[in-house]
Amino acid sequence: MKYVLKRITFFIVTAWVALTINFILPRMMPGNPAQAMIAKFHGRLNPQAIHALKIAFGIDVQKNLLLQYIDYIKRILTGDFGISLSFFPSPVNQILSYAIPWTLGLVGVSTVIAFSIGTLLGIRTAWRRESTSSGIIIPIFLFLNSMPYFWFALLISYLFAFKLKWFPLVGAYSLNIPKGFNLARIASILYHAILPACTIIITATGGWLLTMRNNMISVLSDDYVAFAQAKGLPDKVIEYKYAARNAILPSFTGFAMALGFVISGALLTEIVFSYPGIGYILYQSVLNLDYPLMQAIFLFIMIAVLTANFIADLFYALLDPRVRTGAE
Amino acid sequence: MDQIMSFFKIKKSVAGMIILLFFILVAILAPYIAPYSPTSMEFMPLEHPNSQHLLGTTATGQDIFSRVIWGTRLSLSVGIITGLITIALSIMMGITAGYFGGITDGILSMITNIFLVIPGLPLMIIIAAYITVKGVMTIIIVISITGWAWGARVLRSQAMTLKSRDFIKASVIVGEKSSHVIFSDILPNMLSLIVAEFFGSALYAVLSEAGLEFLGLGDANAVTWGTILYWAQNNQAILLGQWQWIAVPGLCIALLGTSFALLNFAVDELTNPKLRRR
Repeated sequence: MKYVLKRITFFIVTAWVALTINFILPRMMPGNPAQAMIAKFHGRLNPQAIHALKIAFGIDVQKNLLLQYIDYIKRILTGDFGISLSFFPSPVNQILSYAIPWTLGLVGVSTVIAFSIGTLLGIRTAWRRESTSSGIIIPIFLFLNSMPYFWFALLISYLFAFKLKWFPLVGAYSLNIPKGFNLARIASILYHAILPACTIIITATGGWLLTMRNNMISVLSDDYVAFAQAKGLPDKVIEYKYAARNAILPSFTGFAMALGFVISGALLTEIVFSYPGIGYILYQSVLNLDYPLMQAIFLFIMIAVLTANFIADLFYALLDPRVRTGAE
Repeated sequence: MDQIMSFFKIKKSVAGMIILLFFILVAILAPYIAPYSPTSMEFMPLEHPNSQHLLGTTATGQDIFSRVIWGTRLSLSVGIITGLITIALSIMMGITAGYFGGITDGILSMITNIFLVIPGLPLMIIIAAYITVKGVMTIIIVISITGWAWGARVLRSQAMTLKSRDFIKASVIVGEKSSHVIFSDILPNMLSLIVAEFFGSALYAVLSEAGLEFLGLGDANAVTWGTILYWAQNNQAILLGQWQWIAVPGLCIALLGTSFALLNFAVDELTNPKLRRR
């Protein structure tokens, strides 16, 4: 219980820090970005948008920083992120709620696949670490893991979408199919997701593989594994039921770091494939200097990563009794 | 000495060193290797690879091969400099937290954990979008600020382990100052870990730099691998069939990244007794 409380505290504190970063950043920058923006769009922004900008970015001179901050927190807690400037006059919420399912689907599924493949390969390469195949697999995955996501995305889109025309070049679904819940649309969505998903899976698997391999090797040198071997237990039982079960634990704690990395990569992948998720919208908002939308997306990504991390931590407690009882 | 000798016996470290040395040589010798100036726009635009232009030309008539060669300089130095700044931040935060413990550790660890969960690229994109001065310095600063946390966490736990060793305790009892204990006793004993973390940070820096520049958040006039890719994408190199415009600079990024990853892996394997080959 103490552990869960600690994780909840961490979740809240981190979420608060994220909120505050979001508040401070634009106010800290030399030459208030909103002011620059109002100057840039001079005459093209209507008074309502200018007012929204002023409130969001603290050019509202009547209020001091503290009051602005309280206002800001209030607005966020009530889910009011303001009005988007590039998709004016749509509220930011509406744009986000359209983009979120695409990213969650794409990143969620590919992360689970990458995690499973990487972890399994990690177990295998650690178990047979002296074999030639392990010697070849490791450098290959080091290379795949060192590729820029967006570059790999560009290459496979050139080869499979532009040259061979096996897959669509951009987008998340075919525009010719009627909207709604029907088989043709689902098939079209899956078909469009294959290349972006492959990009994420192929570049992300290496990270999980290396983490798992190193944990596994550490565990294999423990005495209880030697004891299990001495007892004459079958190799498969030792490999999976004895060693892998313990070695997988640090992979969950490494989840935070890895997830941040995967999200970053997925953003770039979405941009390359013009996949209408959060990354693509973030890119659009940066190009159009749409600060309200940018802020909301950053907050959303933070909260999503924190939540995923929180769940991974709870899983960890479920898997590792030492965490639950507080014993070392 | 023994460690250095066995470092060269591991194939991975040799391969990593060779790739890194290759890029360092290319960066130094760029003026002699590159056939043309990287910024000159005197050629026919969008030429496919031929004997004059090994990798073709850009939409503004620049020789892509020369740009890739010259791009090595900035891309490599940004990677290494950012790696150094990042690891310096990690050392400062990690060792201070691990050595002093108590409240200092509590606060610093909290900050570290928070930075660890914040996804780097979105934060970098936001910061870079707010900063109106686009340039190499911005990129270096932004990546360093967002990338130090992982190293700090690793170094902190190592510092905590070292602190409980007898020779460090002896130093403290004799009455050495904290700065002396940290710089003369603790740092030298975690040098290998620091080296491994440095290569990890450099890999992170190279990839992040490429990503930011690809998004147009760097200085679009600078000659780096990332900006070459930015211009290639902006001019729709893929739809023009100019795939080499994208493939080659990206491959350079991936290879440089791999060399850092290999070196990181090799140092880790060498110094972690559990990972060492039996």
